[in-house]
Amino acid sequence: MVLEWIYDLTYALLKPFKKFLKPNSFAEKAMISIEKVGKGVVFDCQMCGQCILHSTGMVCSMNCPKNLRNGPCGGVRLNGHCEVKPEQTCVWVKIYEGSLASPKYGSEIMWIQPPVDRTLQDSSSWVNLLHGIDQKMKTVWQTQDEKDALEPIFRGSNEKE
Amino acid sequence: MLWNLSLEGQMKKNKSSMSQLEQVLKSGRFAITSELNPPDSADPEDVNRAAMILAGFCDGINAVDASGANCHMSSMSICALLTRVGYEPVYQISCRDRNRIAIQGDILGAAAMGVRNLLCITGDDVSAGDQPGAKPVFDFDSIQLLRTAQMMRDERVFLSGRKITSELPLFLGAAANPFVLPYDWRPKRLAKKIAAGAQFIQTQYCFDVERFREYMRQVRDMGLHEQVYILVGVGPLRSYRAANFMRTKVPGIVIPDEIMDRVKKTPKERQQAEGKKICVEIIQQVREIEGVAGVHIMAYRQEELVTEIVQEAGLLPRR
Repeated sequence: MVLEWIYDLTYALLKPFKKFLKPNSFAEKAMISIEKVGKGVVFDCQMCGQCILHSTGMVCSMNCPKNLRNGPCGGVRLNGHCEVKPEQTCVWVKIYEGSLASPKYGSEIMWIQPPVDRTLQDSSSWVNLLHGIDQKMKTVWQTQDEKDALEPIFRGSNEKE
Repeated sequence: MLWNLSLEGQMKKNKSSMSQLEQVLKSGRFAITSELNPPDSADPEDVNRAAMILAGFCDGINAVDASGANCHMSSMSICALLTRVGYEPVYQISCRDRNRIAIQGDILGAAAMGVRNLLCITGDDVSAGDQPGAKPVFDFDSIQLLRTAQMMRDERVFLSGRKITSELPLFLGAAANPFVLPYDWRPKRLAKKIAAGAQFIQTQYCFDVERFREYMRQVRDMGLHEQVYILVGVGPLRSYRAANFMRTKVPGIVIPDEIMDRVKKTPKERQQAEGKKICVEIIQQVREIEGVAGVHIMAYRQEELVTEIVQEAGLLPRR
C-alpha cells in the first residue's frame, strides 16, 4: 500500500534530524503544525501524540467514538456501521480492511496496544516516535515473543479461505 | 495452521484463582452462568432474592456494570452483597465509566471481598443509555483492561510499576461477539484477548446458530478452543415486541428473520413460552458444538424462567 511506503519514507527522512526534533523545541512546534494539517486532512488525525496508524491499516483508531485501539467493540451494526454514530462506517471495519491491504505492517493489528498516554495529546507523534517517548512504560506491556506469536494469526486463517 | 503459541503456557502459567467457576470448567463439566438484573433500589433483599433463584444451579452470577449504559446498583456493590452470602459472582467491569486509576483500585477491592471472576468488557456507549449526556470515559479498551488485570495478578504490579503487596487470585474473562462484522476478524480478536489474559469467554446472545458454528470452526482451526473456555450467551425472548426492540435498539444483538417470524406467528399470550422454547433449542444445539464449555443465560427481567430453561434443556441435576 502506498501509505505504508510514505510512512517508511517519512521515517527515513526525519531520522537524521532526530537531534533537532526534540520535545518542546521550536522544531516540534513546527512538526505539530505539519502533522495537524497533513495527517488532519488525510486521516482526520486527533493528535493523540502516539500515532499507530501503520499498525491500524492506515486508518486512525482515535476516530472510534470509544477510542478503541485494539479492535472493534461488539456493537458493529449489520451494515458495518458504528453503534454510536450510525451514519459512519465502523472505524475498525475500515482498519481491518486497511490492514488486509497493507502487506508490510498489516499484521501489526494483532499487537496489544497499550493504554493511551493522555499527557501526549497535541504533541508531535513523530518527535515522540524518534525519541521513544510514545513507547515509554514502566512495566513490560508486551514482549516481542508475544508479538511474533500473534502476528502470523492475522494472515494465517485468512489464506485458507 | 494450528496456532501453536509461545503463549501456550497461558493456561498453565495462571495460578489457581480459587474460583468455583474455574474449577467447574477445568473439570470439564458443562458450566452455567447467568446474570443478575441489577436493582434500582438500595435494598439488599432485591439482590438476595434474585441471587437465590440463580445460585441453585449457576456456577457464576454476573454482576452487570450498568449494562446498556443505564444506571442501576453498581456491579461492585452487587458483588459485595453476593460474596457476603457465599455466592460466586462474576464481576463485570466496563471501560465506559471509570479511568485506569479507579479500575485498578476496584480490582484489588473486589478481590479483597472474595470476588474471583472478572469479566473485562468495553461497555456500551453512554448514548445507548438513559443519561446520554454523561461523559464517556473509555480510558482503557477491553483488551488493555485484560492485560492490566493479568499484569496485576501475575507480575503483582500496577501499571505504574508500583508493587502490589499480596496475591491477587483472579479468573479473567472477556466478552466476544461472533455475530457482527467483520466476521473473519472475530476469531483473531479472540486470539488477541486470550493473549491479553482471557481464560473464559461469555459471548453475546446467540440466536444465529449457523453463524456461531462457523465461528467455532475458525476458532478450532486456530486451536483457540483449547486455550479458553467459551460460554455461549443465550436468553429467552419475552415477546415479539421485546425481540424487535433488542434487534433494533440494543447494539450488537443479531436475531435472524426465521426466529423473528416464529415469534411473530405465535399468538401474543404464548410468545413468552415460545421464546423460552427457542432458547432451550439453542442451548441444545450449541452444546453439541466442539469447543463450547458452557452457557451464559441472560434473562432480562425474567429470572424466574432461568430455572425452567436449565431444566428443559436437560442440564439438571447440577450437583
